[in-house]
Amino acid sequence: MDYILSIVVLAGINMIAVLGLSIFTGFTGLFSFGHAAFVAVGAYTSAILTYYYSIPFPLALIAGAAAAGLVSLVIGIPTLRAKLRSDYFAIAILGFGEAFRVILENLEITNGARGLPGIDNFTTLPIVVVCLAGSVLIARNFLRSRWGAACIAIREDPIAAEMAGVRLFQTRLLSLAVSAVYCGLSGGLLAHFLSFIQPVMFTLLQSTQLLAAVIAGGMGSISGPLIASFVFIALPEALRVAQMWRLVAYGLLLVLIMVYRPQGLMGYSELSSFFRKKTGVQGGQKQ
Amino acid sequence: MFLQTLITGLSIGGIYALMAVGYSLVFSVLNFSNFAHGAVIMLGAYVGLALATKLSLGFGLVLAGSIAGAGIIAVLNERLAYSSLRRRKAPSLYLMISAMGCAVFLENLVYATIGSRFYAFPEFFGRQVINLGESSISLLDVGAFLFALTAILGLHLFINRTRTGIAIRAGVSDMTMCSLMGVDLDRLIAIVFLLAGGFAGVAGVFLGIKYLVYPTMGWVTNKAYIAAVIGGLGSLPGALVGGLLLGIVETFVSTYVSSVLRDVFSFSMLIAFLVWRPNGLLGQDTEEKV
Repeated sequence: MDYILSIVVLAGINMIAVLGLSIFTGFTGLFSFGHAAFVAVGAYTSAILTYYYSIPFPLALIAGAAAAGLVSLVIGIPTLRAKLRSDYFAIAILGFGEAFRVILENLEITNGARGLPGIDNFTTLPIVVVCLAGSVLIARNFLRSRWGAACIAIREDPIAAEMAGVRLFQTRLLSLAVSAVYCGLSGGLLAHFLSFIQPVMFTLLQSTQLLAAVIAGGMGSISGPLIASFVFIALPEALRVAQMWRLVAYGLLLVLIMVYRPQGLMGYSELSSFFRKKTGVQGGQKQ
Repeated sequence: MFLQTLITGLSIGGIYALMAVGYSLVFSVLNFSNFAHGAVIMLGAYVGLALATKLSLGFGLVLAGSIAGAGIIAVLNERLAYSSLRRRKAPSLYLMISAMGCAVFLENLVYATIGSRFYAFPEFFGRQVINLGESSISLLDVGAFLFALTAILGLHLFINRTRTGIAIRAGVSDMTMCSLMGVDLDRLIAIVFLLAGGFAGVAGVFLGIKYLVYPTMGWVTNKAYIAAVIGGLGSLPGALVGGLLLGIVETFVSTYVSSVLRDVFSFSMLIAFLVWRPNGLLGQDTEEKV
């Protein structure tokens, strides 16, 4: 039972990060190979606060999420302002993620590559469920707001959006910061669940896994990536597949999705729309 | 000390350049970042290793086998993972994600089947060194550097002087037009990947001899992306210049500043170049077209 519980908690934590990346990639249309760095910021900030300074857990979580948001500005402001081509941006943020990990490995306060052991076990299932529910609600409202509409317009066509008066830089930066805050929250929960964090837990591979969940779940969908992320975590655990075969499957899955079904599991639609279709109510949803 | 650092930098830069050339070649034609290039380099090294240890072939045959093996792997990679995307003109980001998938797949497949052990090549050259004043140069480094230069020069001549080379350059400037002129695009792209794979094979063997052979060795290719960006993505002379420059800068940073900061410095350079000079030192204008 404990085992199943821990899988569910891990999946929930991962879903929060995937949700964040989904806002940035699925709804704003920018790809990132570096979001694991933001998870790391959240994990290390909150863990250091509770571990060295005995700050209460909720405050530490918020601080971790906020720190991730701030760090995202460091990379976001120069790269997004320069309006890099979308693939150059992906390479730039990849470089940022790798550089950030090297820095973590060499700082005193993070205990270097050996990692921080003995973080208190504060994360429980109810906390994760509350965080996840809150995250989904906020994401949904954000995406329905003016800012969310601007994000979607940018994804569809940046040039047309800019001509229609959407401010590219500000909107993209906001989307990046929001997604980083989500990743930071996920990192804080992760650190206080595993009670041990290490820089190698936040490599390019983790960034790719987050991205894989978003793409497999479907661009422009909230429920799709959440389902994909849950399946990605739960299925290999349930089947007891070794870590490396899991990664073999992730890689293969990415290629197969791109080749056969680039819209992913639920591209541009939500789980709820399946139920709505039956009643014939289609509140002007964008396809 | 200064001379020694410079020489070490040049020899590392030569290998970076070999890696960057293949990466840049693919980028120039298909306009996407082929993250699977590192995995091809790694597989090339394993092919070379198998030939050297199982069949105990000499260096020349090992290199030739590795070039052929990696070339074929690169072509297969394109056929299976990129060609259908390319035909339906998918956004370059889709190709990039597919490439990332290939990299993760191949690397972990090697992990799962061959294992994470580190393997060493048999000693082909011994440890001969040339002494030059206070500094000593290993013959292997000189050989690798000269070979890299010759190979890149050869590729440059091939692209500028032969019929196929002209077709490649035509493809770089306009794929659709090129195909209208009667060039078989599938064949052309297969040749590009064969060349890129061949260079990956050379890079894999030299990397394997200089360091070791292991599943994640392909991640060094991060440095090839940086080198290619510095030189100008898609430019072959740029890949050479960028590779050598990066090798020298890295060696100087790790000798005179701090060896742990080396990678941070390289990645910061990558971001700085992308932000302020996305076309690199020698690259052409590559603005995304409306």
